[in-house]
Amino acid sequence: MAETVLELDDLTVRFRLRRGDLTAVDGVSFSIARGETFGLVGESGSGKSVTARAIMRLIPDPPGEIQRGRILFEGNNVLERSDAEMRALRGRHIAMVFQEPMSALNPVFTVCEQISDALRTNLGVTKKEARERVIELLALVGIPSPQQRVDSYVHEFSGGMRQRVMLAMALSCNPGFLIADEPTTALDVTIQATILELITSMINRLGMSLLFITHNLGVVAHSCDTIGVMYASHMVERGKTRDIFANPQHPYTVGLLNSIPRLDTQSKYLTPIQGSVCSMMDPPAGCKFHPRCTHAMDICRQKSPEFREVAPGHFAACHLHNRG
Amino acid sequence: MLLEVRGLTKHFRLNGDIYSKIAGEKTQLLKAVDGIDFHIRKGETLGLVGESGCGKSTTARLVTRLIEPTAGEVRLKDEDLLAFSSKRMKETRKDIQLVFQDPYSSLNPRKTIMHILSRPMEIHGLARTWAERREKVLDLLQRVGLSAEHIDRYPHEFSGGQRQRIAIARALSVDPELVIGDEPVSALDVSIQAQILNLFRDLQEEFGLTYLFIAHDLSVIRHISDRVAVMYVGKIVETGPAAALFENPLHPYTKALLAAVPEADPGKAPPKLTLKGEVSTPIDPPPGCRLCGRCPRETAICAQIEPPLVDVGGDRQVACHNL
Repeated sequence: MAETVLELDDLTVRFRLRRGDLTAVDGVSFSIARGETFGLVGESGSGKSVTARAIMRLIPDPPGEIQRGRILFEGNNVLERSDAEMRALRGRHIAMVFQEPMSALNPVFTVCEQISDALRTNLGVTKKEARERVIELLALVGIPSPQQRVDSYVHEFSGGMRQRVMLAMALSCNPGFLIADEPTTALDVTIQATILELITSMINRLGMSLLFITHNLGVVAHSCDTIGVMYASHMVERGKTRDIFANPQHPYTVGLLNSIPRLDTQSKYLTPIQGSVCSMMDPPAGCKFHPRCTHAMDICRQKSPEFREVAPGHFAACHLHNRG
Repeated sequence: MLLEVRGLTKHFRLNGDIYSKIAGEKTQLLKAVDGIDFHIRKGETLGLVGESGCGKSTTARLVTRLIEPTAGEVRLKDEDLLAFSSKRMKETRKDIQLVFQDPYSSLNPRKTIMHILSRPMEIHGLARTWAERREKVLDLLQRVGLSAEHIDRYPHEFSGGQRQRIAIARALSVDPELVIGDEPVSALDVSIQAQILNLFRDLQEEFGLTYLFIAHDLSVIRHISDRVAVMYVGKIVETGPAAALFENPLHPYTKALLAAVPEADPGKAPPKLTLKGEVSTPIDPPPGCRLCGRCPRETAICAQIEPPLVDVGGDRQVACHNL
């Protein structure tokens, strides 16, 4: 087993809102080894992005607060670092790619200016060296004629090209760890395919680890080694990609997989999950999924299920696995 | 034949204003929809699929006459809608209803569900008294999977999926013949999306509805459609029965689109892009096929002559010189 790069242990993030407290991430634990790609899957509001932002310490406090848990990056707890230490970590060791490149990039600076900024701050290179490196990076992520495009503004690029610029910026300081938060969600399917290919090849070439956040199960099926499924701020299942798809152990994962219309066959009706996601301000007692679960038992309404190993390397939080 | 569209065209003029003229900027034409033909039989679902900017939504707006086309015909039950007077058009609007993508912006936040669902009936004179309308609204709510207690609530009290149910109920409130869904499930989470897709099916069966279903998600299109039309930069490049088109795509663009879909099965081939470069621009496009410069099958003729949509048998049509 390769060395562990990132380890989350019982991470719990709470937001204190005027309407009351909202627990956005509740007791989430997982670890990512060097070179591993980990997919965090779940529907909107399940806590995926908050988890990612907590790792980067980007949760605004107030109203956010990390209530419990540890985030170990290369053995050190990120939560105990000073702001200066965090600044040295971000970009240089952990980089992030966001969903919306138009709002994540600065519209009033050229691509060269904003990527060089990161390079000069983190690596202390000269202006001239930085420019050369930016051109190299743009070429690396497949932007045609990088010498000319380096002085363009973000609005002069198409959606797919903007995402390439974001990726170039994330890769600029050779980080060992990349967080990609829905990097292809705003893109068309053909452009998504090229960006996914690009991310996968970069990860392999540079030997990076990846935390990939998406709601699209098709995307994780092809780009991740391991998957964690989140529902209503909890991690409900975790395992090898192949195992999760072939043999899902949590009723929510099963429901999610059954909900997807398929490309190779046509059936008259899909099998959706009944009902809708519970309110996070006022979640139900016990298992958060029980109001929608077809297997719900008495115990599900009373007690939160433990996250336990149900097969080698395959974990699920469901009372169905507690019997006997 | 419920709907027949012939040579439907919408060109938007860019830089046509006086300021641009003073600045000496050239007028350009954005050919959003450039001469498309398709038809929908009664009781059938036609899926219209393509990437952003290909003209899908413009097509929906043209068919409903929310914008006026540059050229072409839109025939509903063999009558050309575009020749209708505004009074006649207003009456006809009840036969074609739209469901939009974003249920957060398509419902008026200041009106109750009763108001939202009863106004269309009132406008079209379908239910005279308040009591009659209320009864119909209660019936609609139950049919779309909501309950009577929801009737006096406001849109903000509902989740995205429930709002889309309300938008569908509103479309149905005037007994339409054709319902156009413009990306009606793309803002929803998968588990909710499946519920709404099933609802579309149920209602089609119950009311004998005809659908024009627009989406960018190919698996959604495959699931809901009887026939499919694939658009690329203002043109329909391929049409045919859903099963045949998905199992054996003929146009290079359809092939590329299907190969790029990441399927939720790690055993399947990973997504791949088989075309070069990026989506072509609809602004003053060069003559010839729109896929020129990206296509793996390109020959000399492609850059000169635009391929027409021709029958290839089996209810299928393809616009490509090199089949």
